[in-house]
Amino acid sequence: MHITTPEFSANAKAALADEELQQALDKLRSGFTERRRAAVERLPEFDALCDQARAIKDHVLANLDLYLMRFEAKVIETGGQVHWCADAAEARQTVLALCRAAGARCVTKSKSMIAEEIALNDHLEAHGITPIETDLGEYIIQLADEPPSHIIAPAVHKTKESVADLFAEHHAQYGYTKRHDDAAALLEEARQVLRAKYFEADVGITGANFLVAENGAIVTVTNEGNAELTQILPDTHIVIASLEKVVPTLEDATTILRVLARSATGQEFSSYTTFSAGGRRPGDLDGPRSFHVVLLDNGRSSMLGTEFQDMLRCIRCGACLNHCPIYGAVGGHTYGWVYSGPMGAVLTPQLIGIEAGADLPNASTFCGRCEEVCPMGIPLPKMMRSWREREFEQHLQATPRRLGLALWSWFARHPAAYRGLTRVAARILTLIGGRSARIGWLPGASGWTAGRDLPAPEGRSFQELWAAKKR
Amino acid sequence: MTDRAPAASPRVGLFVTCLADLFRPSVAFAAVRLLEDAGCRVEAPLDQTCCGQPAYNSGDRAAARAIAVQVMDAFEGFDYVVAPSGSCAGMLRRYYPALFADDPALARRAEDFAGRCWELVSFLHDVRGVRRVAAGFDGVVAYHDACAGLRELGIADQPRALLSSVSGLTLVEVAQGEVCCGFGGLFSVKYPDISVRMVSDKTAAIAATGADTLLGGDLGCLMNIAGRLSRQGSPIRIRHVAEVLADMADNPAIGEGEH
Repeated sequence: MHITTPEFSANAKAALADEELQQALDKLRSGFTERRRAAVERLPEFDALCDQARAIKDHVLANLDLYLMRFEAKVIETGGQVHWCADAAEARQTVLALCRAAGARCVTKSKSMIAEEIALNDHLEAHGITPIETDLGEYIIQLADEPPSHIIAPAVHKTKESVADLFAEHHAQYGYTKRHDDAAALLEEARQVLRAKYFEADVGITGANFLVAENGAIVTVTNEGNAELTQILPDTHIVIASLEKVVPTLEDATTILRVLARSATGQEFSSYTTFSAGGRRPGDLDGPRSFHVVLLDNGRSSMLGTEFQDMLRCIRCGACLNHCPIYGAVGGHTYGWVYSGPMGAVLTPQLIGIEAGADLPNASTFCGRCEEVCPMGIPLPKMMRSWREREFEQHLQATPRRLGLALWSWFARHPAAYRGLTRVAARILTLIGGRSARIGWLPGASGWTAGRDLPAPEGRSFQELWAAKKR
Repeated sequence: MTDRAPAASPRVGLFVTCLADLFRPSVAFAAVRLLEDAGCRVEAPLDQTCCGQPAYNSGDRAAARAIAVQVMDAFEGFDYVVAPSGSCAGMLRRYYPALFADDPALARRAEDFAGRCWELVSFLHDVRGVRRVAAGFDGVVAYHDACAGLRELGIADQPRALLSSVSGLTLVEVAQGEVCCGFGGLFSVKYPDISVRMVSDKTAAIAATGADTLLGGDLGCLMNIAGRLSRQGSPIRIRHVAEVLADMADNPAIGEGEH
C-alpha cells in the first residue's frame, strides 16, 4: 500500500472538499457516538469493566513472553503451529509459504487490520493467489481498490450509491446485471457472490480479537458470520495476529468482550463471537485440517517499557476514531496508511517511522475526547505529545515554526521584554482592527485569517492598565 | 485541594493568561471584581507571561519547564492561583506535576502549586461557595464548554449554575456541545482547513440555538468562534463568561466594532 501520510495536509484539503465523504462522515459522527452512549448508559458497571479490562492487558504486557509461550504450547497441543514473525516482510512470506504448501489459488479472508498492516493482499496477488475479502466493508473496498478508512467500518466513507455502482461493475461476471440501489438487495447480492467463494477457497485467513493462552483458542468477533465460514470451510486456516492480542484466560477474553462491542458499535455483543482452538480433531465432521497462527511483532515489542507501552492495550474498537473531531472532519484515508484517528496518530509513527508519520500526532487539538471514551484508558493525547517531543528533539519540525517557537519562548521567559512586546502589540493590533475591531488579514497569520477574522485587542494590555491603576 | 486552613480572606494571585493580557483585559478586570466580591484579596504578579502550553504542546519540554518554574516563582506564597481559563488552569494543575516527574524536588513543588491552582468559575463556585451573582444581562445565551475545562477539570455545571442567577438571562444549550471548536492553540494555524471546518460546525450549532450571545470560559475558543462568526457575518456576540457574571458586559463584545 502506498503511504501518503507525509501528505496529510493535502489529503485533508481533498477530503474536506469531497462531498460524498462528508455525507458519510456526517452519519458516522452522530450514529456511532449516540449508540455507544446509549450502550454505556445501559450498563452501570461499564467503568468498572473497563478498569478490569485495562488491568488484564497491563498484566499481559508485563508478562508478554510468558503468555505467548503458553499460547504457543497450547496451539501445538491442539495440532497447530505458531509462526513468529519479526516484521511485515517475514509475515507476508510466511503466509505465502503456507498458502503455497496448501496448493492455494484462492483464499478467503475475514477482516484483519494486521493483513492491512503487512499489505498481505498485494503480496498474495503478486504471487498468483487471489484473496477474497468476506467482510462486506472490506469486500467493497477491495472492489474499489482502496484501503480501509476505519478500523471497524472499512467502507464507512462509501455511500450506498457508490456501492451500487461497484457491484454493478464487478458482479456482471456472475450474472447480476441489475443495479440495485436498495441496501438490503445489495447485501443479498454480495451474500450470494461471497457464498460461492467460501467453497472455492483453499485457505481461509482470519485475524483474531484475542489469543487465549490457557487453551490456545483464538477469538473472532464479527457481525456477518464471515469469519466462521472463512475458518471452517477451507482445509487450511491461517490466523494472523499481533502479539499483544494474547490474554491469559477465556474469562479474561469475555471480560474485554463486554466492553469491546459497546465501545465499537454500541452493541451489547457482536452478532458472532467465535472461540476456536486448533484444527479438525479425529471424529470432527468439519473444520480445517491444518491450523496456523502467524504472530506479528513489527516493532511492538520495542514499545514495551517506553512511554508508548499503553498503546498495546488497544483492542481496536474504533471509539477514538468515532469521537475524534479531526477524524470526523477528514476521514481515515487522510491519515495515509492503515491506522487512522487518535490510535493511528500514536501507532503509525511507531510503525512507519516518525519522519513519515510526523503530521499525525500534531493534527490534534488535544480535546481529550479519545481518552475519555477509550475503554482501555489509553492516554492518547499524552502519547501524541510524546511523539511531538521526539520530533522536537530530532529537529523534524519546519524551520520557520521552530524559530517562531524559539522566539516566542525567549519572550515568555523574559517577563519585562514580554510586557514591552505586548504593550506594543496591543496598540498595533488595535490600530489595524480600527473601528470594526476585527482583522481580516495579517502578515504571517494567514493560517488564522484564511477562514476567520482575528478579533482586535481592546487598546492596551492588561499589565499596562493594571500598572496604571495601581499608581 | 490545598491542605492549608481555608483563609477567610484568601490572597489570590490572578493568572491573567496571555490572551486576556493582550486581547481582552476586560476579562481579567472582571475576574478581579468577581474574586473581590467573593472575599478574596487579589494581586496580579507582574512577572507572569504565559502558562507554557505553546512550548509544552510543541514538544519543547525544556522551555515548558523553564516557564513553569518562572510561573511558580511569580506565584510563590499565594493561597490560590486563579485563571480565567480552563486551558491554562488545566496546564497548571495537571501538567506542571507531569513536567517534573523526573525531578522529585520540583515535582513536589509542582504538586503543591497545582493544588492551589483553579479555573475562575469553578473556584468561585466550588471553593468560595458562590451561588449567586449580582448581575443582569438581557439576552438569550449559549454557553460553550471548552474541552480542557470540561474534560481536564470537570467544569460544566458551575458556570451554568452561576449564569442561572443572572437576572434577565435565558440559557440555551448547544447541540454536540462536548465537541471541540477546532481551536487547539497552534493547531488552528498549523491545520487551518480542518480547524475552520470544525469551527464552522460549531458556529452552525450555535446559530441553531437562536442565542444572541455566546459565553465561554476560554478566550482561545472564544476568539476562534468569534472570528468565524464575524467572517460569516453573524450578529451573534461573544463574551467571556466572567464579563457577564461580573456585570461588566457593557463594553463591545469580542471583535465587535463601534456601532
